[in-house]
Amino acid sequence: MRWHRIQALLIRHLYLYKRSFPRIMDIVYWPVMELLVWGFLSMYIEKMNVGGFNAVTVLLGAVIFWDFLNQSQKSVSIAFLEDIWEKNLLNIFVTPLRLSEFFISTLLVGFVRLILVGIILTVLSFVIYGFNLFSLGFALIPFVLNLFLFGWALGLFANAIILRFGTSAQILAWGFLVLVQPFSAVFYPVSALPQLLQPLAYLLPSTYVFEGMRSVFATGTFSAPHLWGAILANAVYLTVMIWFFFKMFAYVKREGKLLKLN
Amino acid sequence: MTHIIEVEHLVKSFGSVPAVDDLSFGVEEGTITGLLGPNGAGKTTTIQMLLDLITPTSGIIRIFGKEYRSAREAILGKLNFSSPYVSLPGNLTVHENLLTFGRLYGVKELRRTIDELVDFFEIRDFLGKMTYNLSTGQLTRLNLTKALLNNPKLLLLDEPTASLDPDIADRTRALLMRIQKERGVTILYTSHNMEEVEEICDRVIFIQHGKLKDQGTPEELITKYGHEDLNDVFLSIARNPS
Repeated sequence: MRWHRIQALLIRHLYLYKRSFPRIMDIVYWPVMELLVWGFLSMYIEKMNVGGFNAVTVLLGAVIFWDFLNQSQKSVSIAFLEDIWEKNLLNIFVTPLRLSEFFISTLLVGFVRLILVGIILTVLSFVIYGFNLFSLGFALIPFVLNLFLFGWALGLFANAIILRFGTSAQILAWGFLVLVQPFSAVFYPVSALPQLLQPLAYLLPSTYVFEGMRSVFATGTFSAPHLWGAILANAVYLTVMIWFFFKMFAYVKREGKLLKLN
Repeated sequence: MTHIIEVEHLVKSFGSVPAVDDLSFGVEEGTITGLLGPNGAGKTTTIQMLLDLITPTSGIIRIFGKEYRSAREAILGKLNFSSPYVSLPGNLTVHENLLTFGRLYGVKELRRTIDELVDFFEIRDFLGKMTYNLSTGQLTRLNLTKALLNNPKLLLLDEPTASLDPDIADRTRALLMRIQKERGVTILYTSHNMEEVEEICDRVIFIQHGKLKDQGTPEELITKYGHEDLNDVFLSIARNPS
């Protein structure tokens, strides 16, 4: 693996952010709007004093974590779609670039976005609602990293489907995560789901992260089983999604569809 | 002479349809070779297999004496490609595009290399321009600049003068001949402009229905088919169903 090739694609994407207001808005606007809506709602719920439940902490923590997952998945898919929209995939893959280097570059683009969103939301939630994300302590970093990796795995899956079926499948880049949300126990515990769906929820790394986050807020103690659950589930997802992307790429090369992707 | 490209019994089928059918040819080092044939003959499929963008059904491709399955990075590091049908990102400036592709190829002294090529292709005036704002002629020159960034030993050019006006097409041909002469680059070239092919190609390879129909120097083929120019040779081959 060569760093100069990974760096080339990373910088190529940063060039785009440098001058594109809509791209910056995508990082700032939606997360901030969500934070405001959910923040005011949680303050309202807290004022109603519903059964000692700390709405600001639980809901804002969930919103911010969900945005981390969302940014991660979206940035991987958008970085890939940029090259399809610009009909640049062919130019890229006639260079010595390896698929693994292409993956790492999308991972880094996602990481840059994650850091930006993280800083903005952490500062705003503290200033407006007095919510300190760092009250999660040590758990914060591994939980966020797990969400980031799961988002990346989902992004790879969406990209593999786009490779296979063309840009008519690009709706997946925006809509796929919505499918995962109800089963990830983002705003409610897994126990709130119907019995039948609970095993499904535990197949998702995100469920362990959100359960773990609530556990830290509720008890103040770090939940190692939740972290390990997320790590193991992520290992499976990442292995399968990377394998799937390689398979789809080989299919596209076999069928001569790389140039026709638009 | 050394063959930079060796193709042996190359086959590519899409389902039951053969796009390239038992094709064998070689491209000699330091030459400009035209890969010719009517629409649907299999030229683009062949070029894409030479670039490892399409996996052949069977057959052997050796470039610089190596095969993709064992030396992909080494091969792609020493060749480049340009086509008016493949764009560079329009949402980057010309300079950003050159920097990006220079980094992808791991070009040493990238800024100096860009500087030299920018003068060679006379594109300095629009280095800061967004790529989507370039005219067709400017885009062609940018594509060729990108194609020379890694100082390639082999250039694959897919209809480099298509959609250019006669003046710009003539300048582009002159540039290609200059590149070949000054840098000793081997060029494999597809075009439908037979006058152009006759002017710049040392050898031509005719393919039809994915099969090799004939090959040789333009003069040899004109004499062999008893015509006055390569255009008539093309028509004679394309209209002969056997």
